Amino acid sequence: MSDNLENFRSATIAVLVENEAGVLARVIGLFSGRGYNIESLTVAPVDEDRRLSRITVVTSGTGMVIEQIKAQLDRLVPVHKVSDLSLAGPHLVRELALIKVVGSGEHRVEALRLADAFRARVVDATTESFVFEMTGNADKIDAFCNLMRPIGLKEVSRTGAVAIVRGSSALTV
Amino acid sequence: MSATSQHAATQPLTMSGAEVVLRALKEQGVEVIFGYPGGAVLPIYDAIFQQNAIRHILVRHEQAAVHAAEGYARSTGKVGCVLVTSGPGATNAVTGLLDALMDSIPLVCLTGQVPTHLIGNDAFQEADTTGITRPATKHNYLVKRSADLARVVHEAFHVARSGRPGPVVIDLPKDILINKAPYTEAPPAAQPHRSYRPVTSPDMAQVRKAVAMMKQAKRPVIYAGGGVINSGPEAARLLSDFAHLTGFPVTNTLMGLGAFPSQDPQFIGMLGMHGTYEANLVMHGCDVMLNMGARFDDRVTGNLAFFSPGSKKIHADIDPSSINKNVKVEVPIVGDAGQILAAMIQVWKEDSQPPMREALAEWWRQIDLWRGKNCLQYVQQGKIIKPQHAVKRLYEITRESGRETFITTEVGQHQMWAAQYFGFEKPNRWMTSGGLGTMGYGLPAAMGVQIAHPDALVIDIAGEASILMNIQEMATLCQYRLPVKVFILNNEYMGMVRQWQELLHGGRYSESYSEALPDFVKLAESFHGVGLRATEESQLDDVIREMLATDRPVIADIAVAKDENCFPMIPSGAAHNEMILGPGQEGGVAGVTDEGKVLV
Ligand SMILES: Cc1cc2nc3c(=O)[nH]c(=O)nc-3n(C[C@H](O)[C@H](O)[C@H](O)COP(=O)(O)OP(=O)(O)OC[C@H]3O[C@@H](n4cnc5c(N)ncnc54)[C@H](O)[C@@H]3O)c2cc1C
Ligand SMILES: Cc1ncc(C[n+]2csc(CCOP(=O)(O)OP(=O)(O)O)c2C)c(N)n1
Ligand SMILES: [Mg+2]
Repeated sequence: MSDNLENFRSATIAVLVENEAGVLARVIGLFSGRGYNIESLTVAPVDEDRRLSRITVVTSGTGMVIEQIKAQLDRLVPVHKVSDLSLAGPHLVRELALIKVVGSGEHRVEALRLADAFRARVVDATTESFVFEMTGNADKIDAFCNLMRPIGLKEVSRTGAVAIVRGSSALTV
Repeated sequence: MSATSQHAATQPLTMSGAEVVLRALKEQGVEVIFGYPGGAVLPIYDAIFQQNAIRHILVRHEQAAVHAAEGYARSTGKVGCVLVTSGPGATNAVTGLLDALMDSIPLVCLTGQVPTHLIGNDAFQEADTTGITRPATKHNYLVKRSADLARVVHEAFHVARSGRPGPVVIDLPKDILINKAPYTEAPPAAQPHRSYRPVTSPDMAQVRKAVAMMKQAKRPVIYAGGGVINSGPEAARLLSDFAHLTGFPVTNTLMGLGAFPSQDPQFIGMLGMHGTYEANLVMHGCDVMLNMGARFDDRVTGNLAFFSPGSKKIHADIDPSSINKNVKVEVPIVGDAGQILAAMIQVWKEDSQPPMREALAEWWRQIDLWRGKNCLQYVQQGKIIKPQHAVKRLYEITRESGRETFITTEVGQHQMWAAQYFGFEKPNRWMTSGGLGTMGYGLPAAMGVQIAHPDALVIDIAGEASILMNIQEMATLCQYRLPVKVFILNNEYMGMVRQWQELLHGGRYSESYSEALPDFVKLAESFHGVGLRATEESQLDDVIREMLATDRPVIADIAVAKDENCFPMIPSGAAHNEMILGPGQEGGVAGVTDEGKVLV
């Protein structure tokens, strides 16, 4: 491939699909079968009568590979639309994380202080643990987890990114 | 609720799911199904028994059913249809499905499935057929509701034949076949599918850009592939028109043979690993390349780093994922080959800019020098039959006969010699497994071709190893009196493997000798066919003539030189201008690096 590694980039791709059996397997199979990266993938129905699902996939590759990924997604029969948000202009990316921290004494105080700084909410607490909820981009959640690690980080559950373009333009069928 | 479904909901249902399936097939124009029965599909077999509109051809292995449907589809332009049972029936079909996917052949394959309430229970002959076939099909369906059945069958045919054609599987649980189901007619062609809408008409701005580029070309080439054949005979006609209008040289891929007449003076032969010297040097040295319905396959490009380094490239393809996949191009055009060619012809004629006539004449002088190398020459001396000579005589004698001729092949050296020495003047006359390279393809494919063209001459050019992979289909040929001719170039080796071992692995012929071969003459006879044999050059023509004159299935066992190699050859990892020519002809370098050996 006459593409060099300087073109390597990350891409956030939104895919509108028919909400039918097997559609997620088709998308995931495409990535594994063709050796594309998946950094995260989220999916849920997004319309009133639950006929449409929106998949958000964060991937990376050379410009040529990312174009290939979009073309391969677009030719799947149940796929309506494919949009590369990284190219579509300013867009919002959010991820939800639930983060469990276990500890006592000074560590608990420090955990709450950090959570406050990161605008993480306490959604569960016992005498030796907290569960924090936070939303943000992946970097923010990474940073929070890194700070929590020495203080007693025990478990993390993350959704992967969802994303949407700013302004009035919309991805619909 | 729409009017039709309301109607369906209130009317008492009279047809079983199996009957609905058959009626939908009929509405879709199916005349023949290639299949093999089993428990899960007995309801469909029962429905087949009670009607006459659709003919069922009983194969002897499900893989062969799929290849037969491929031969049928490729030679007619229609969708081929297959019916197999659940579990082993479906898994046996997988190779054929992937073969059809790689070569863009339209098929619909019905597979039986255990009843819906047993799915997931490891029931008898249960397989996750949609899971297994997902990467081997263009699309697949599992029908879980009777109300969806007719719609799914219609949609499957639409998906199989439109856009870039390909195989579609419909998995049919037994209860869905037995229960009553509503029938709905196919939606009108004008009504678009909810999500699947392939683009067929090109962006005219891109066409104009391409034509402007071609008008400036001093050393152009048209590289035409299987997409022209997929588009239909009209596209092949337009390709000739466009070539004659422009005066450009034309090369075809293995899958494109017949898209441009081999006898046309502007034809420079097949390109790629075993392509002609002139075609590959034209590709290497051109300044403007028009790729029409081909996919820059690795067998064609050789080492991408050195592929046609000085050219601007135009790529016309119906599948956007084919474009910029292997080779970056300056002008992509998404659409149907026929429509794009028609648009190009129109724009070329309207555009007042004259083409580079002088430069083109100079280019042709260069091409004629390369042609003068006569890269396909061979020496037929003495008694031993050269495989190239056997194909050449087969070609000449069938041409003299004036009969409509269709050629299929197995996979190996014989396939390449068939591509090099048999000429095709029309599309849909050449059926070969290009993308997957499936040994065992040719005999069942020939069967499918002969079903579609009962009076034509259908010949499978075979190797002695490949033919054994679906030899059981001789029984099918004899049952249906299909006079297919199997022309075996018997070199007692898996010749293509032997050739690579000779050139790349120090002549260590590991497991590539065809030990313990059957007596092919007796084998043919045991299937109630006719066996013929030629062991010396003097017998060759007589055997071919007798084969052509026999109105029954024939196996002609042609003993050919055992150690012949197929040239020209671009070794793996090499560039087009580094091809190896046959003995006595100097060519490029023959050294293959480890990096090259890694490639297949
Ligand atoms: C042993 C062996 C050796 C081989 N050696 C060679 C060789 O030397 N040379 C060679 O050429 N091949 C060779 N092949 C075959 C090779 O592997 C590929 O199958 C072949 O080159 C692909 O042909 P193609 O590019 O025409 O594409 P196809 O596989 O025919 O694909 C068709 C392309 O056209 C597009 N298309 C489909 N329908 C339309 C339409 N209506 N309009 C426009 N576009 C359309 C498709 O999207 C696709 O991109 C060999 C195979 C084997 C088994
Ligand atoms: C199903 C399958 N298995 C293995 C191969 C690898 N392969 C390619 S060519 C070949 C040898 C074919 O031998 P033969 O049919 O005698 O043809 P020849 O090359 O001798 O003309 C083999 C084993 C293949 N293409 N298909
Ligand atoms: Mg052989």
